[in-house]
Amino acid sequence: MKVSVQREDFDAGAEMRALSRDPKIGAVASFVGVVREVAMTLEHYPGMTQKALERIVEEAKGRWQVMDCTVIHRYGELAPTDQIVLVVVASAHRGDAFAACEFIMDYLKTQAPFWKKEAAGWVEARASDDQAAERWGGLPGTRKLG
Amino acid sequence: MKVKVLYFASLREQLGTAGEEIELPAGVGTVAALRSHLRGRGGAWELALAETKLVRTAVNQDMAPPTAALKAGDEVAFFPPVTGG
Repeated sequence: MKVSVQREDFDAGAEMRALSRDPKIGAVASFVGVVREVAMTLEHYPGMTQKALERIVEEAKGRWQVMDCTVIHRYGELAPTDQIVLVVVASAHRGDAFAACEFIMDYLKTQAPFWKKEAAGWVEARASDDQAAERWGGLPGTRKLG
Repeated sequence: MKVKVLYFASLREQLGTAGEEIELPAGVGTVAALRSHLRGRGGAWELALAETKLVRTAVNQDMAPPTAALKAGDEVAFFPPVTGG
C-alpha cells in the first residue's frame, strides 16, 4: 500500500509495475485525474491530507478484497493536461478492483483536504461529489457536515 | 485552555490569517461554540463564518462535526468544502 501527497508528477505505468507481485492478483484497476482546460493551484492541509487518504484506503480494504493499492495526489501549481491524482487497486478479480478504485476516488473528493484555486477564484465544491460519495454510505467516524 | 486554530483556502484569504493560538473563554467547549466565538469578532469573521456558509471542520486532523468537544492543545481547522481529485 502506498499513499503519497506530492508536488512532483507521477508515472502511472511505473506505479502499476511497482505493485505487489502476489500471484493471486488477477486484476489491476486505475484512475488518473487530469487538469481540464484551466491552470490551477492546489492547496492542501499538510498533516491531515496523508491521514485522510490512508483512512479512505483502509476503509476500501474493509469493504473489498484489496491486495495492493497506490494513491498519489499532487498539490501546487498545475497546468491543463497535467495529472492530478492516481488511484491504482489490485485485487483477485475485476469487480473488487473497479469498485474499490471508484470508492476511493469518490471519497477522496469529499474527505481529503485539498482546494483548487483558478485565476477566476476558488473552485466551489459540487453537490454531485457529495452525492457520489453518499452512494457508498458513510465513512465511520465522519458524517456529512454543514 | 488554549487551542491552535487553522484556516485554509478561501477562508484563510477572507480572514487574512492562516492560523492562531486562542485562549478559549469559559463555556466555549465545542467546534460549534468556537465558530460562534470567532464570529463574534465581527467584520470578515462574521461574514466568512456565518451560519449560512458551508464550513467544514477538523479536530486534530480528522473531520469533525460541530458537536465535537475541544480540549487543551487541540488543533482545530476551519475550511470550505474540499475540491480535490
